[in-house]
Amino acid sequence: MRVNIVNKGGQANIRLLIKHPMETGMRKDKASGKVIPAHFIKSLVVEHNGQQVIHAKCGVAVSKDPFFFFKVKNVAAGDSFKIKWEDNTGKSETKEEKIA
Amino acid sequence: MGIDVKRRLMLKGSMAAGLATIAATAGLLSPRIVLAAWPQAAFEAKSFDTALSALLGSSSTAKSGDIKIKAPTIAENGAVVNVLVQTSMPDVESMSILVAKNGNPLAISVDMAKSADSFIKTRVKLGQTSKVYGVVKAGGKLFSSDRVVKVTVGGCGG
Repeated sequence: MRVNIVNKGGQANIRLLIKHPMETGMRKDKASGKVIPAHFIKSLVVEHNGQQVIHAKCGVAVSKDPFFFFKVKNVAAGDSFKIKWEDNTGKSETKEEKIA
Repeated sequence: MGIDVKRRLMLKGSMAAGLATIAATAGLLSPRIVLAAWPQAAFEAKSFDTALSALLGSSSTAKSGDIKIKAPTIAENGAVVNVLVQTSMPDVESMSILVAKNGNPLAISVDMAKSADSFIKTRVKLGQTSKVYGVVKAGGKLFSSDRVVKVTVGGCGG
């Protein structure tokens, strides 16, 4: 997961890019003809200084290698952000970052 | 003696209630980052109305000019369509993006705390030319706005 947080005058601009297949469960493997099982990010949480500010719930219609852009107000230099996603297979990734 | 027995029962009862409260509080306080409720019914719903009802409890939304949706008029590739939803309404609780003609219309729903700006931008898949809805829940009410995106190549299925 690539996390880019910019402090723009007290507002954090958070851009996230996650490597994930986001399989819908409706696509077929062309060679074997078998359905490729669904594999997608279900949930994405952004915490600002330990407080949950954003909780995104995603379905299969979010594009492959998802990109998200959120904005959080009332931030200051040194604040910490924690970003976590989890997919339907239980796989997850967490990143923490302090802003300047 | 009758009173005494009742008193015991009362004490027992209130203790049980107390424990239940503690358990409930612990549940509430446990970090919400443990991803609890993923609204399965809403994401598996096959129509715009059922998806909204399952997600937000109602499918009736008021059209609002205060919801800005930015999306391409023509998307060459339906698999990757940039969508931005933004509003200046106060007390925004959640913002969602739905693609009316997708098999499962609900694409993403974002719960927001007060300090989150009412803005989301992401990329979604469109199976075919469709209306893309931005639905905002603010102050307990639902508002929506939509935009048509023409798709030349579908983004669902192989």
